[in-house]
Amino acid sequence: MEIEDPRILPEPLAYAEPPASPPSAPSARLAELPLTDASVLTSPAMLTVEGLNLFYGSKQALFDVDLKVAKNTVMSFIGPSGCGKSTLLRCLNRMNDLIDGVRIEGKVSIGDSNIYEPGVDVISLRKRTGMVFQKSNPFPKSIYENVAYGLRIQGVRDRGILDEAVETSLQSAGLWDEVKDRLKESALGMSGGQQQRLCIARALAVDPEVLLMDEPCSALDPIATSRIEELIFELKKKFTIVIVTHNMQQAARVSDFTAFFWLGKLIESGLTEKMFTNPRERTTEDYITGRFG
Amino acid sequence: MKRFTQWLRRGNIFIWFSGTMLSLCLLMIVGLVGFIAVKGLGVFWPHALIQAQGPEGAVLGEITSFEAPLGTEPAKVQFRVGNRDIYGQDFKWFQASEIHGRQEPKDALLIERLENGTFIGRIQDISQDGQPIAKAEAAVEEVKRRLPATNKLQAQIRGIEKGAVGELNRKLEDCRQAMESAGSAEARTVLEQQQNSLQSRYNQLQAELDQLRTTAKTFTVTLLTVDGQTKEIPLSGIVRIVPANELSWFGKVRLYFSRLWEFVADDPRESNTEGGIFPAIFGTVMMVLIMSVMVVPLSVVTALFLREYAKDGLLVRATRVAVNNLAGVPSIVFGVFGLGFFVYSVGGTIDQLFYSSKLPTPTYGTGGILWASLTLALLTVPVVVVATEEALAAVPRNQREASLALGATKWQTIWNVVLPGAAPGILTGLILAMSRGAGEVAPLMLTGVVKLAPSMPLDGSFPFLHLDRKFMHLGFHIYDVGFQSPNSEAAKPMVFMTALLLLLVVVLLNLFALRLRRKLRARLGGSTF
Ligand SMILES: Nc1ncnc2c1ncn2[C@@H]1O[C@H](COP(=O)(O)OP(=O)(O)O)[C@@H](O)[C@H]1O
Ligand SMILES: [Mg+2]
Repeated sequence: MEIEDPRILPEPLAYAEPPASPPSAPSARLAELPLTDASVLTSPAMLTVEGLNLFYGSKQALFDVDLKVAKNTVMSFIGPSGCGKSTLLRCLNRMNDLIDGVRIEGKVSIGDSNIYEPGVDVISLRKRTGMVFQKSNPFPKSIYENVAYGLRIQGVRDRGILDEAVETSLQSAGLWDEVKDRLKESALGMSGGQQQRLCIARALAVDPEVLLMDEPCSALDPIATSRIEELIFELKKKFTIVIVTHNMQQAARVSDFTAFFWLGKLIESGLTEKMFTNPRERTTEDYITGRFG
Repeated sequence: MKRFTQWLRRGNIFIWFSGTMLSLCLLMIVGLVGFIAVKGLGVFWPHALIQAQGPEGAVLGEITSFEAPLGTEPAKVQFRVGNRDIYGQDFKWFQASEIHGRQEPKDALLIERLENGTFIGRIQDISQDGQPIAKAEAAVEEVKRRLPATNKLQAQIRGIEKGAVGELNRKLEDCRQAMESAGSAEARTVLEQQQNSLQSRYNQLQAELDQLRTTAKTFTVTLLTVDGQTKEIPLSGIVRIVPANELSWFGKVRLYFSRLWEFVADDPRESNTEGGIFPAIFGTVMMVLIMSVMVVPLSVVTALFLREYAKDGLLVRATRVAVNNLAGVPSIVFGVFGLGFFVYSVGGTIDQLFYSSKLPTPTYGTGGILWASLTLALLTVPVVVVATEEALAAVPRNQREASLALGATKWQTIWNVVLPGAAPGILTGLILAMSRGAGEVAPLMLTGVVKLAPSMPLDGSFPFLHLDRKFMHLGFHIYDVGFQSPNSEAAKPMVFMTALLLLLVVVLLNLFALRLRRKLRARLGGSTF
């Protein structure tokens, strides 16, 4: 499926030659980290958005968005607040279905299947897409039960399976060593950063393919934030990640690709390094350099 | 002047005003409870027995009331003289000027009896099989010595009568009905054999009982009133003898608690004016619990529908209006509805379908604890629905989203996240409902409450929980004892005591629910309201 639109991520072939190293990195860490190795560029698309329009009642919030996210990469959405980042993110696991009066046109595919096709099982779709919210929202249950929740509602009763899933998820979320002795304690007793990582572990436990994160660090202190950023780095080996952030340094640090939104429109998307050093559009440059937003 | 206007402008006057009102309310509550407590708790304290010379001879009794002179009316004294069977009444009024030579004789006795109320006087003698074995003071000692054993025997007799005999009676009745409907001859013979064995067991029990009864009658006591009349009663007819003027302070305290315990834990006697009110306490608590079990699911389902599932439209608005208006319907109307719908329609149908062999004697087609509880559940539904709706709305949206994003269905989310989060709020509604339900009397009178229930709705005979039985209730007990009993003067103190217990039951039930709510809230980490 070819889309003739300059804004979308070009097909992998267009990037077959290794990208030139950025002349001046936005952050020191960016230079150290192998953000975009060649394999990223050749991996197939995991998420595809085509011609997406979204209306809240009569008010249009997204205008004709086309986008691709390659497998095992991190894509960040940036843009001033109210530009529709969260809205688009919530289209990817159909969380917008829950809001009355939402109308959606266009196509969103995970792998090869359109998730807005009639007859799609929303429940199993959401199992394939884990979601982490802006404000950490653990259930008022024990740490163990929080992580096991997704499996329990799928009907898993076997203690062994649950135990294993809880341990691996917590380990993937980098939380295991901190909480392994107090799994039975309430999740509400944890620190903010721990709670957010618990929410990540909870999302990982159902073994999703895509991880959607909506400003996961906006309520956290710098140390907790950097822990989550490191985590994202680890997680992209196994998952495809879309992260909304209003922090451009963060976008530069963690993502391979960046999409810039403005007033409900996707202005441009592409390799993060390229976008931050040499944006194609004037608006992007103005936003990145802090002239508005 | 300026300072005053400033003071006014700051709104201090309203703070003062609301503060005054608040303290007034508190004072009223404390006063109400205090008044009832004083009136009720004083009942069991032993008073001195006063002997004096009255216009018609000697008088012996407790002074219960004194009226100061009013206009031409002279001062009056009320004596509780007891001996209802001899004097015809428990209380007597005298003009204060007619009473001479008051004294507190050490040997005066107050004797609580199973029948005919209190006796005040002395013991003349005690006889075994008609032969006197002790007289006067020796007789008192003898009675005191033998009383515990006799009381135990009496309790044993009552236990057999209520337990084994009742059970056998029921089985025999079932057997008889089964025989009426039995088809084949073989089935008949089997049933007949069963009946015979039951009957012989019954006869055996009766013989045992007769023996016990005769034993209980071995000893008789002759009582002597202060004006020289005598009355012979079996020793087993005595509950307790109180040498009121001889009691030490410690003895009085012991007597007080023993009477209090009897009141709380025993069955009533003498058309409810004496003995205890345990069946009424039990009935009240049980009814409230059954009501709670019914009202919570009913209301939670309603609230879930209104809040989570229904699209806001005419139907939902109409339902909401109906539910809210239900709260304003007078409770007696609920009683009438309960009688017409639950008792006659539902109960009658159940009888026809499952208990047709017992007809025309109704089983469920008459008032019973189930129907009373259901009627009250209906009465309290609005309270719980409103509280539940509020609680559901207060569950944070991000927790629902977290659950849904993990692939939970709407129902799974409600069951696992929303309802647990709303549980404290639901309990708040239940607390309000219990307080309301425990105090209702009017609807119960139509749907199953009785003055004296022969057996309790929960006992040791299969199937243990008898939802079809009639029951006693503290609220109705107050009305019945205070205003429907022939001897209402004697029963007045019981009214206060029963009212106090009703308050206590409500408070205890509420405390239980509050504790539960606190636990739930602690588990939710105080995150929801
Ligand atoms: N539930 C909703 N109902 C109506 N309008 C909404 C709703 N959610 C978001 N919007 C509107 O859609 C636009 C995009 O919002 P959002 O996606 O939350 O922006 P962002 O996450 O980029 O800050 C905003 O103008 C916002 O007012
Ligand atoms: Mg947002």
